[in-house]
Amino acid sequence: MTAEQPQGSEAPDDAAISGEQGGTARGPEGAAGAGAHLVLEARQLSRRFGPVVALDGVDLEVYEGAVTCVLGDNGAGKSTLIRILSGVHRPSSGTLLLDGRSVEIPSPRAARRLGIATVHQNLGIVPLMSIWRNFVLGAEPARGWGPLRRLDRTRARDEATTELARMGITVRDPDEPVGVLSGGERQSLAIARALHQGARVLILDEPTAALGVRQSALVLDRVIRARDRGTAVILITHNPEHALQVGDRFVVLARGRVTARRERGNTDREELSELMRGSPQ
Amino acid sequence: MRLLRRPELAAVGGAVLVWGVFAGVAGGAFTSPEATAAWLNASAPLGILAVAVALLMIAGEFDLSVGSLIGAAGMLLMVMVGPVGWSLWPAMAATFVFALAVGVANGLLVVRTGLPSFIVTLATLFILRGLAVGGSRAATGRTQLGGIREVEGFESARLLLASTPVGSVRAAVLWWLGCALVGMWVLRRTVFGNWILATGGDREAARNSGVPVDRVRITLFAVTAAAACLVAVIQAVQFGGADALRGQLFEFRAIIAVVIGGTLLTGGYGSVLGAVFGAVIFGMVQQGLVITGVDADWFQVFLGFMLLAAVLFNQVARRRLAGAG
Repeated sequence: MTAEQPQGSEAPDDAAISGEQGGTARGPEGAAGAGAHLVLEARQLSRRFGPVVALDGVDLEVYEGAVTCVLGDNGAGKSTLIRILSGVHRPSSGTLLLDGRSVEIPSPRAARRLGIATVHQNLGIVPLMSIWRNFVLGAEPARGWGPLRRLDRTRARDEATTELARMGITVRDPDEPVGVLSGGERQSLAIARALHQGARVLILDEPTAALGVRQSALVLDRVIRARDRGTAVILITHNPEHALQVGDRFVVLARGRVTARRERGNTDREELSELMRGSPQ
Repeated sequence: MRLLRRPELAAVGGAVLVWGVFAGVAGGAFTSPEATAAWLNASAPLGILAVAVALLMIAGEFDLSVGSLIGAAGMLLMVMVGPVGWSLWPAMAATFVFALAVGVANGLLVVRTGLPSFIVTLATLFILRGLAVGGSRAATGRTQLGGIREVEGFESARLLLASTPVGSVRAAVLWWLGCALVGMWVLRRTVFGNWILATGGDREAARNSGVPVDRVRITLFAVTAAAACLVAVIQAVQFGGADALRGQLFEFRAIIAVVIGGTLLTGGYGSVLGAVFGAVIFGMVQQGLVITGVDADWFQVFLGFMLLAAVLFNQVARRRLAGAG
């Protein structure tokens, strides 16, 4: 199992540069405004748990082929926001629009059907299962009819190997257990799987939180690749540095409200850290 | 490394070792076709059960009620063909329906309450055994019922379930072989098999990936109960009747066979073929001790050491292949 780039720690710089070029191509400010397609939109999203207001009138726009970073400290409402978008919680009020049409997301299964895939912190990966079995889990290719309908193992192995290669992970043997992969490679596998299963909106919950520098670089490079394939990426993080390396747009949450919005090029690490700490802007 | 990845390695090795020891000590008395048929026949009931229990344990659940269910299903069958007066085939069908209901009930209780299946099925173990003894005593005044040979439909049932189609090898061995092949195919070659592995490996991850983990578990409880029922029906036809106490300790023997076969107690990893060889070891030791004239008490001692050795070996093998993970 080897990652594609040998340099490893250089990757984030490359990633940042390629990201910037991407941004320029779409036009700096806006990216958003003019060309890109608005895939998912949340309007005045609120969620209460009893007396606690976890989310209070949040607006969020998520564009095709762009990385939207949601930043915030613990308890800012990030988890509640992604749980609503991935169908775990229902909003108390507010609307969700997919391709401009109002949608309900009653369950994680429904979210997946709408093309919204979430890579949770626990990844949804089963360590003792082989790489290919994990890769096709929940969307297994099958062939045959009736009671003889069976797992298409050749296709499953091929899918796993080629899709992982597309994400820059060379798999020596897809029959090896996922346990042999590094943390960053497991994250990458989860991302590749979500994309392969048809995700248009990819929600990544703190994908670099438990990783070292090299492994984080690997994962951020995958985020860029996902974006370049036209996916709308929502990156949840409390690391402004990682956000800046891949992000096109930045939304800062504090105490359930959006306290700031920035775009690539008109903010920096100091400002984002400051905003996350909750200083008045 | 490739070989170490096979979970059934210890069970196959253990079976070869046990065979070698008895063949060395007893010679032709153990290796003759007659003796081979004898240990195959002795392994078959446990083997049928072990196939289903392996799938259930790989999905991360236990069923301690299978032994009691063998007793209860056998008695139910005999009460229906005796006092109730049904002929054999409808009674067998009804017994299967009852067993499936027990399995689904086990599954629903586990899934709905979130309690460990170990505890839930420990409760059904006592309930079923009590029902088998108390129910048959209330209905017939006895806990052993015979006379199945006079029931309408017995000849065809005997042919299918208790004849000796190959030499002295009983039909039960062929049923066992069939169950094992289907079990191996399901686990390794079907989508449902992938769900079994994922459900036992990490239930939350499986659920997040869209696997219907509750349906998987309920189905496997039902399959396990059906396997216990098959054993009960075969034994009733073969022995000419049923005993409310039949199947005692089968739940533990099945778990031991499955664990010797390389399945993790925590689920997510294991092998049907391993469970088959685990059951083979049971039958060989049982018959081998009879043939060599060693006191059967030593069976338990051997079993304990065998279990310990297999589990230790499997642990080492798995650490090697999963690395730190």
